[in-house]
Amino acid sequence: MSTYTKKEVGQLVDGTLVWETVHQMLSMPKDEDRYKLYMEVLQDAVSYDDKILLAVGPHLNVVESATDGEIIYKCDCGHDFGDYRNNWKLGANIYVRDTPEKMDQVYPRLMSPDTTWQVYREYSCPTCGTMLDIEAPTPWYPCMHDFQPDLKTFFEWVGLPAPAKI
Amino acid sequence: MTILRTLEGITTGKLLRNGLSLDDNRNGILARSAETGHYNGIKTLEFKDSDPIGYERIFSKVRAGLVNSREVAKKIAASPIVEQEGELCFTLYNVAGDCIATSTGIIIHVGTMGAAIKYMIQNNWETNPGINDGDMFTNNDCQTGNVHPCDIATIVPIFFEGYLQAWVGGVTHVIDTGAVGPGSMSNGQIQRFGDGLQITCRKTGVNDTPLRDWLHESQRNVRTVKYWILDEKTRIAGTHMIREMVQECIADEGVDAWEKFALEVIEDGRRGLVSRIKAMTIPGKIKTVAFVDVPYTHEDVNVPSPFAKIDTIMHAPCEITVKPNATWRLDFEGCSRWGWHTYNANPTAFTSGIWVMMTQGIVPTERINDGARYATEFRLPKGTWTNPDDRRTAHADAWHFLVSSWSSLWRGLSRAYFGRGYLEEVNAGNSNPCNWLQGGGINQDGEIHAVNSFETAACGTGACAMKDGLNNAAAIWNPEGDMGDIEIWELAEPLLYMGRMQKTNSGGYGKYRGGNGFETLRMVWGSCDWTMFFMGNGYMNSDWGLMGGYPSATGYRFEAHNTGLLGPDGRIAQGKSIPLGEDLNPDDREWEKHLGPDAVVKRDKQCITTEAIFENGDLYLNYLRGGPGFGDPLDRLHTGAQSIEEDLNENYVLPEYAKKIYGVVYTQDEEGTYTVDSAKTAVSQAKMKEDRKARSVPVREWMETERAKILDLDASPQVKQMFASSFALSEPFLNDFKTFWDLPNDWNLLESSLGIPMFGATQTMDISEMPDCKPVIMTEE
Repeated sequence: MSTYTKKEVGQLVDGTLVWETVHQMLSMPKDEDRYKLYMEVLQDAVSYDDKILLAVGPHLNVVESATDGEIIYKCDCGHDFGDYRNNWKLGANIYVRDTPEKMDQVYPRLMSPDTTWQVYREYSCPTCGTMLDIEAPTPWYPCMHDFQPDLKTFFEWVGLPAPAKI
Repeated sequence: MTILRTLEGITTGKLLRNGLSLDDNRNGILARSAETGHYNGIKTLEFKDSDPIGYERIFSKVRAGLVNSREVAKKIAASPIVEQEGELCFTLYNVAGDCIATSTGIIIHVGTMGAAIKYMIQNNWETNPGINDGDMFTNNDCQTGNVHPCDIATIVPIFFEGYLQAWVGGVTHVIDTGAVGPGSMSNGQIQRFGDGLQITCRKTGVNDTPLRDWLHESQRNVRTVKYWILDEKTRIAGTHMIREMVQECIADEGVDAWEKFALEVIEDGRRGLVSRIKAMTIPGKIKTVAFVDVPYTHEDVNVPSPFAKIDTIMHAPCEITVKPNATWRLDFEGCSRWGWHTYNANPTAFTSGIWVMMTQGIVPTERINDGARYATEFRLPKGTWTNPDDRRTAHADAWHFLVSSWSSLWRGLSRAYFGRGYLEEVNAGNSNPCNWLQGGGINQDGEIHAVNSFETAACGTGACAMKDGLNNAAAIWNPEGDMGDIEIWELAEPLLYMGRMQKTNSGGYGKYRGGNGFETLRMVWGSCDWTMFFMGNGYMNSDWGLMGGYPSATGYRFEAHNTGLLGPDGRIAQGKSIPLGEDLNPDDREWEKHLGPDAVVKRDKQCITTEAIFENGDLYLNYLRGGPGFGDPLDRLHTGAQSIEEDLNENYVLPEYAKKIYGVVYTQDEEGTYTVDSAKTAVSQAKMKEDRKARSVPVREWMETERAKILDLDASPQVKQMFASSFALSEPFLNDFKTFWDLPNDWNLLESSLGIPMFGATQTMDISEMPDCKPVIMTEE
């Protein structure tokens, strides 16, 4: 079983880890304490006190609120996207590229979708403007609820105590 | 013991040492597996635990023999698809048709050849035509589990001391199967009856000798006879090498050890997947979706039947449930209906293909076998494109839909990898590997010919969560991505290379960008009566980008006729400029500046066409797609490795879009080298974030406007057809749609209201309705 240091996990998150170690991570059985070290690295990088439970994007985490213990989605900037069981996108801002002119800002006309077939939906944080996700569905398509984690079972899997309000 | 006597007077139950018929033996395995949750009811790995060295010795012999046989056999083939791209694999099965181990290569056929063996078992091939030592069976029937007709499988039973002990299958992707459209993955035909030669587990050889009637019949039914013959020799040589290896192995290790191994290794494989799921993923539900454009109303799509001339969209939603016991369920509820085109799939193609993807992620080991299938529940609703309920469906380019739907699975699973901190495993998706350059006629050697360029085996990969995707490197369906050598393709195709370049700006933007694809410009040369066509996505792309990254660029078509390049007065002879290299920004139409005044150019988004006449000197762009990006582009490094500056200097991105997407501020010296001004770029990016806030609206506010469009039925015909098709097949999908948009209870959208042909929507006839036919069903329907 491979093991890695918190520093190496931090470099993985930063994108600075040397390739030899990345290759080892890819080819060897997974290190069991990765999640624990990963949470420590992520926690060190944010300014809020809420405990990070799960990373759902480079700037979006599921956290246990330091004030009331509720489990919520939170942006690095502190924006609260609400209960982790709901779709965080419904609390985001959206910009829809649904005309050729809007698509021209992204790709040459011949390399972008025809907006009568497909649109881009750009979800960003209302507070800091970080791009959190981009969907590319047909018009009319419901917003995707991408991930509904079973955190109770997950904490059993990683052998760590689960937060009270899961 | 079951001994059956047939009308022919032949007994079943003589092939196996246990005296059971092959069908009874398999049914027993299925029953014990279902009852216990363990393959064949094997709760402890007795052989592996008691004699691990012996167990591993057998596995190593088998695996090494499979890989070695593939490497040797592929040298027999002349087809660059097989010899260059490695489009072949060999797989070993136990007597029930469950995979023990497979070679490298196109490992989707772990499942497809297994399905063919199971079909023979289930439909009593044991009594008619009989299964004997030295027999060969050939299958490429898409109603019997094959992906598409061009994957030809040769299946050989392996006997030891008079009893059946295993099966071995070898498959190659042949260049042509005699379909309406030339090329192995053609379109133009819209039904099975135009999809080329289809062989249903036919006995094609006895006493290790191909039957003459088979050779004559099969060879005259395809265009590319030389390649066909050598491909078959490849498969026969490989399967016979493996048969010999297995027989030697049984002689060395003993029959009892072999029989125990051949069952236990599959339970071992099942446990392997379970342990990886638990080690790498997060329990819960992951939802994904993918789409593919099917633009058939265009004048350059010529099909034989008017009811196929409609624009539609493939819809592939998937809910992945990772269960507390670390098994999982993949449910494709809501998929759209099969269609009158060649992109339909069948359940075995669908489920088997997923293992190709999984071996590049969650089970990246040589231990892939049918055990993984036993740890997975698949649900592919009947009547959808994943599981057609009509025996007329065409499948020649099933990959077109399959790889697109799988791209979303990469994205979905990556959410779990990211959550666990396994950033090295994250893949934002995979390009839809296309274009498929195809065509046929009389080639440069004066022979009837067909082509399918496998350059698409080296598209761009999706970005990772800690590095960029790879440029022109891989395809989701082939773990050995390779674009092939220009010199070899020019021998195989009457198409000279005018250029082969990385496709700038084709990868999706992001903190880490998707890998770029590449492009080759081909000029028809030395041919006669030649046609070509395009096969790819253009109006849509099937990948999305991940966690703030952008989808990759979509496709487009470039073809030029009457180019004025050849002949004594042509631009080449006159020493004038000609189109070379890359089509840097297709909107600039640079190549048109280097053609004769009478050139006819088609440059548009119609990336699916049927046969068009190409004269010598005509041009064809083969644009292979890029992969999607990961993370907010404004997080991308300004300078150094994997940075915006590198993108500019390496031609990975067009400067115009580096400004628009990354907000970069740069200078360029006299030699063209870009230098990014990081301080000014930071200021520019801060303004872009403010612009994002200013132009965006709260999602719930936008939902009100989108809801109004739905109530007004304000969408294109193809979008409405897609939803109507899915609504008709899936009440849950319709209900979820109505709930999300808060639509009235009685709201619906019926296909019959759209004023388009809807053949196949109400009356169908499934393969199961054929006389004396028991299809193999291994998924929930």
